[in-house]
Amino acid sequence: MIEAIFEYEFLQNSFLTGAIIGIIAPLLGVFIVVRRLSLIADALSHVTLAGIAASLFIEKKFLLFSGLNPLYMGMIFSVFGSVLIEKLRSVYKDYQELAIPIILSGGIGLGVIFISLAEGFNTDLFGYLFGSVSAVSRMDLYVILAISIIVITLIVLLYKELFLLSFDEEHATASGIAVKRIHFIFIVMVALVIAASMRVVGILLVSSLMTLPVAASIRFAKGFKQTILFSVLFGETSVLGGLILSYYLDLAPGGTIVMIAVLILIATIVIKKIYSARPA
Amino acid sequence: MNTDQPIIQIHDLYYRYEKENVLEDINLSIPSGAFLAVVGPNGSGKSTLLKLILGLLKVQTGEIKVFGEDINRFKERHLIGFVSQKANSFNTGFPATVYEVVASGLTKKVGLFKFLTSGDKQKVFEAIESVGLTKFINRNIGDLSGGQQQRVFIARALVSDPRLLILDEPTVGVDAQHVQSFYEMLEQLNKDLGITLLLVTHDIGTISNKVTHVACLNKHLYFHGNSHEFEHFQEHGVSEFYGYDVNLLTHEHHHHHEGVKR
Ligand SMILES: Nc1ncnc2c1ncn2[C@@H]1O[C@H](COP(=O)(O)OP(=O)(O)OP(=O)(O)O)[C@@H](O)[C@H]1O
Ligand SMILES: [Mg+2]
Repeated sequence: MIEAIFEYEFLQNSFLTGAIIGIIAPLLGVFIVVRRLSLIADALSHVTLAGIAASLFIEKKFLLFSGLNPLYMGMIFSVFGSVLIEKLRSVYKDYQELAIPIILSGGIGLGVIFISLAEGFNTDLFGYLFGSVSAVSRMDLYVILAISIIVITLIVLLYKELFLLSFDEEHATASGIAVKRIHFIFIVMVALVIAASMRVVGILLVSSLMTLPVAASIRFAKGFKQTILFSVLFGETSVLGGLILSYYLDLAPGGTIVMIAVLILIATIVIKKIYSARPA
Repeated sequence: MNTDQPIIQIHDLYYRYEKENVLEDINLSIPSGAFLAVVGPNGSGKSTLLKLILGLLKVQTGEIKVFGEDINRFKERHLIGFVSQKANSFNTGFPATVYEVVASGLTKKVGLFKFLTSGDKQKVFEAIESVGLTKFINRNIGDLSGGQQQRVFIARALVSDPRLLILDEPTVGVDAQHVQSFYEMLEQLNKDLGITLLLVTHDIGTISNKVTHVACLNKHLYFHGNSHEFEHFQEHGVSEFYGYDVNLLTHEHHHHHEGVKR
């Protein structure tokens, strides 16, 4: 496999993309999980799916657009969906979580309509749903690299604010922090990372890559920075391990990646149990 | 900022969430260095008043000035430390150490896109020391007792060197022994550091000998300065003065008697 990575460009692309996603998905995931917004990732991934379906539909119906990269349309839909979620959350102040199922079902509905309009797609769609090692182009890699640089820079620069906003929104507001703006930047980052992850992990499994490593890390990490560190470590292990396994065993990479993340989570729970059951 | 100027001035303040006024005709002036306790039954508008002072709610009618500046224009928020009524109902599973939580109190003061300097970090250590939690500095906040968590929030409020500290029922869920030492700590902050304190509490009996002013709120505000009524209040105990047991503070009450409305 290692030779194959150097030999085939498409494998290089998926591995590098996977390595990047293994960092940024759990990194954002930490903030999502501690703010109890895990379902937002699910909602946005379904909106991204609608974007991809729309793109494939346009490509199929209008030859003019052949070669249109579904990544872009996915991103546009995802970012648009994130804006909509924020709008809905301010409409339903006391039922903020309502925004999530509304957007989620809207995303699925729209996606299904585009799929039926196009009278079914080729196997492409399967790759978008469950991930694929062969679908990543050099151009995708560059776009995803650019997104990850922006996301990491923003997280480093806004770390204090994001932490305070996550821990205690009221305190953040009282101390005069631009809570709405920071939150908006955050949710747009989530939307972009979800769209960026879809090639390798697949739309249906993106949210697990954002939440499972965090769920494992939160079991034993001391403090927020350590939680981030272990989440990224677990995320990266899952992605790289999953890609190698799926290549050898000819499995869908998304499923393999997520199953490794699940195994890590179970391992941390078991180890913690044994550890804390031992008399001190 | 001059020290003779009142820290908080409120003029003809009214507030309503929906149709009915929650606060009516509030006038209040808190001098620098005061230790003011605000008491009142549940739903009397205490938290609402604090939220208005903190800028968490927008003033609808009337005026609030903090440090001489209109609340809408006031920028130096780090001068006000705040421990919310909800501080003891935070997500205890949140993976943050005592250090990280206290350091977050400097977020606004340090400023956007900037990092904490070693001087800032020193401040964090000092704030943690001042509430006696140095031993627990690297513990996750969820692994502390309720009383210790409360101290973490005090440290977070203190770390930005506030001149005014606002506390909304900070001792709910803290056991009697720790309540006592908690109030002693507040008294020290007030006397030694000259921090003005605004405390909403139900256990006025415990602190009546520590505060300099008492205000009683029930939609209207009845202010008792360091005056005749307040001495009376201290001498005769709370129950007699208010005509009911303030430690319970559950039923309606109206100041038809001695309370002086300002
Ligand atoms: N967000 C809100 N929307 C509508 N009404 C509210 C809201 N918050 C408070 N109220 C109402 O305003 C009144 C004052 O509430 P507030 O929280 O200020 O009381 P409080 O004095 O702090 O009570 P407690 O002792 O229970 O903390 C109550 O009648 C309450 O029902
Ligand atoms: Mg209250």
